Amino acid sequence: MLERALTGDKKYYRWLMFLLVLMGLGFASYLYQFNKGLTITGMSRDVSWGFYIAQFTFLVGVAASAVMVVLPYYLHDVKVFGKITILGEFLAIASVTMCLLFIVVDLGKPMRLLNVLLYPTPNSILFWDMIVLNGYLFLNLLIGWNVLEAERKGVHYPNWVKPLIYLSIPWAVSIHTVTAFLYAGLPGRHYWLTAIMAARFLASAFASGPALLILLAFLVKKHTKFDPGKEAIDKLSQIITYAMIISMFFVGLEVFTAFYSNIPTHKEALLYLFLGLEGHGRLVPFMWLFLILAVVALILLINPNTRKKEKTLKIACLATFFSMWLEKGLGLVIAGFIPNPFNEVREYVPTIPELMIALGVYATGFLVLTILYKIATSVKEETAPSS
Amino acid sequence: METSRRNFLKISGVCALGLTALPVADVLGQTDLPKAIQNQQALTGQHWAMVVDMKKCWEKGKEGCVDCIKACHTVHNVPDIGTVKEEIKWIWTDNYENVFPGQNNEYNVQNLEGRPFITLCNHCTNPPCVRVCPTQATFKRQSDGIVMMDFHRCIGCRYCMAGCPYGARSFNWRDPRPYIKTELNMRFPTRERGVVEKCNFCAERLADGLLPACVEACKVGALSFGDLADPNSVVRKLVASHFTMRRKPELGTQPNVYYIV
Repeated sequence: MLERALTGDKKYYRWLMFLLVLMGLGFASYLYQFNKGLTITGMSRDVSWGFYIAQFTFLVGVAASAVMVVLPYYLHDVKVFGKITILGEFLAIASVTMCLLFIVVDLGKPMRLLNVLLYPTPNSILFWDMIVLNGYLFLNLLIGWNVLEAERKGVHYPNWVKPLIYLSIPWAVSIHTVTAFLYAGLPGRHYWLTAIMAARFLASAFASGPALLILLAFLVKKHTKFDPGKEAIDKLSQIITYAMIISMFFVGLEVFTAFYSNIPTHKEALLYLFLGLEGHGRLVPFMWLFLILAVVALILLINPNTRKKEKTLKIACLATFFSMWLEKGLGLVIAGFIPNPFNEVREYVPTIPELMIALGVYATGFLVLTILYKIATSVKEETAPSS
Repeated sequence: METSRRNFLKISGVCALGLTALPVADVLGQTDLPKAIQNQQALTGQHWAMVVDMKKCWEKGKEGCVDCIKACHTVHNVPDIGTVKEEIKWIWTDNYENVFPGQNNEYNVQNLEGRPFITLCNHCTNPPCVRVCPTQATFKRQSDGIVMMDFHRCIGCRYCMAGCPYGARSFNWRDPRPYIKTELNMRFPTRERGVVEKCNFCAERLADGLLPACVEACKVGALSFGDLADPNSVVRKLVASHFTMRRKPELGTQPNVYYIV
């Protein structure tokens, strides 16, 4: 099936070349980081995780969201999702690839990465995150590939795939739960120390992931002869609506607990994010943009007329995706370190090389995604009943 | 050189057998002898702890005295990077309200606000940094409770820095060696770029029968070190006879650095 990725029109090759250029720039920046050390990033003694880990966290959510098409299709027999489960699974593969790359570029000693396997440490959540993420990657590779191959041959997928599909459903939940536990179990990081962290992660993931999937489905429809189907997109947009409402509800819960209890350590990170703390407020504009985008998304999603219209749905999906990105891929990780253990505000701003490396990782993810989607849509085009 | 498939397989088989022989030899070759011989003079304890008497430090010490910090950073080849962003420190001072956040009030009787407090790794009884480390590069030594670092195993994920509620851990964002401004101590390793480091309660000095460098360097005796498990130890007596404070006790980490104010 892989050969389908090698044949395409000019547009396809131009897009791949563009991604390769970005990957090259990212790789060059990474070599610079590899030689100089993480000093080239904006991270510091006080904000010791930054843009990389925040992207990792956000993308775990995008990966987990594949379950939102797999679960309805396989457990509730929602037939309209039959055509797009493969898009969800392949999106998960690309996302997990990016997650793993973001972890690697964040390490101070990447060549010692295998120490995690050499000295397995079950009391570390990072150890479990490594297991669930890699497991999820393999599950989706196996399932996606076999189901697609069977479809190409016009037969039912092998029986041994079915238990793996069922396994992939709780597994998807596990990757984001474990990722939330990375944060939620740390004493002294009050912004993260919340029992609803995993729930928040899952809710925002089930909004941002399917929003991206809808946008991708529209792209696929525009550029190939494969139509994911209007009903599928309708159903997905309903899922996004609920997930977005729950997500914002959870953010509200955090605000209530912090401010009604009036405990300073619980309030400080939120104050820093939305109003600024001790004269520092670099994230304030981004967080208000998050709120505005979230409100726009909610208005467009809750109103059935705008939700069902392609143009407004696209805006709603973009607003959902970027609002959740700002909340989780920017604010959540950084604000956990502010104020620092000495109650001082030390801010963090990513540097240009740091952003270039991140861009390179995103380009790699999109290259994987493009190739996988090319294969999937080619197979779908071939097997579609000719009309 | 020509060889038949049969010969190739034979040689491969013998080689494979040879590989399995190694662990067998290891097992047979085991002895009860320890791998390293302990120095007879070594200081041993079950529960090392430190008591920091800030009153002594302020009243008897010279204004701006940094003897303890200097001694530690010299002994351990701690670099002086020169920026707040990448600062590496094992023991240092910070203001009362920063070391004990949330415990200052408007009318602090002793005017504690703004007074310098010595701070270092607390060698917690329940260390979160050890709990989160994915490679056991940071670990709690069973025999005496020192929270230690294996600089050669650390992958630089910095999870321990997120886990530590005391800001006791520093990361080598760049190669630290050019920034070692003190005389190089050849008896203690320098670090590479990309690993985390922190106070080790001078485990290497205890093994030689010496007290921690900071304790030894303090001329006014503001720092005391000893075994809390021993009822006759100096730290045990100090903790029993004085009101002491520990940093962020509500987190359940059970810090082993006590403060007398």
